[in-house]
Amino acid sequence: MSNVAIFEQRAADTIAAESPLHYSLHRHAVSAQGADPKEGSAVAMDERAFLGHLIVRGTAGVLRAAIKQVVGIALPETACGLNVEGGKSIQWLSPDEWLVILPPGEEFATENALRQALGDNAYAVVNVSGGQTVLTLSGPSAHEVLMKSTPCDVHPHAFPVGRGVSTVFAKTTVLLRRPDAKHWELVIRRSFADYLYRWLLDAGEEYGITTKHTENKDNNNE
Amino acid sequence: MFYIHCPYCAEQRSEEEFHCMGQAHIQRPENPEAASDREWGEYLFFRDNPRGLHQEMWVHAAGCRKFFNVARNTVSYEIFETYRMGEQTSVTAGTTAHGREGQVEQVHKVRRVRA
Ligand SMILES: [Zn+2]
Repeated sequence: MSNVAIFEQRAADTIAAESPLHYSLHRHAVSAQGADPKEGSAVAMDERAFLGHLIVRGTAGVLRAAIKQVVGIALPETACGLNVEGGKSIQWLSPDEWLVILPPGEEFATENALRQALGDNAYAVVNVSGGQTVLTLSGPSAHEVLMKSTPCDVHPHAFPVGRGVSTVFAKTTVLLRRPDAKHWELVIRRSFADYLYRWLLDAGEEYGITTKHTENKDNNNE
Repeated sequence: MFYIHCPYCAEQRSEEEFHCMGQAHIQRPENPEAASDREWGEYLFFRDNPRGLHQEMWVHAAGCRKFFNVARNTVSYEIFETYRMGEQTSVTAGTTAHGREGQVEQVHKVRRVRA
């Protein structure tokens, strides 16, 4: 096991936690009741807060077996790949970099297990859970909201389920992913969270965008 | 807006995601202590500014964040080829010299190689 200082970053459950979108959701939430009663809502936005995010770096040869053993999902080795299984996901970010997203609270144990499994190899695991959060967009007009925001081609032919890219989005950078046919996921930075949230509210207004406000810290909206 | 083929993401991506990082294939003097002021100065500060074929480093800043090389025409902005760090270009002044048709051929050849 490598000689680095790691610690449990997640506060105890007794301490109130606030996601990067805490105030955005409080002040600017748009409930389904607010949508046009005739048109309804064609896009819904939701936050998947407090998930565990780990950046794992190293060559595929070094990481392949350890990731499979510890996380239980195959490492996506082709460019822009995204593997999703049982509430966990691994996204290809670069030829030597992947993002692992885990259910809330699993990141510390997973980091430890990965370090154990990787031993003396050259690699890096960094817990970035506090630095970013996940927004989901769903509904028939979700891709139209994306088309207004990113140069990335989001047509279903160009962006199939199981694809994830890092791209320009409303002048910031996001990780845009399609974990399943119904949802788009945006992994966004904490410092841009409120800005992007408001951008999406504005871009989604014509489609009657609605937001969910999930107070529950353990609710990962599965 | 145009598209650039990232050799690491292995696909065409919007130019907005990239930044140009200057001339490619600049060699650091092997033994800096022994380099003359002129050699060292040229390594640090002097860059080519050709009209026509030029090799540059670009970085996929909003994507995979890898540096790679681009061979492009500084007059028409046409990109002949993109290739990874450590690789050499297959495009020379000769291959781009027979006008528009030669260039199109070259681009097709590159696409086949990358596909
Ligand atoms: Zn790339």
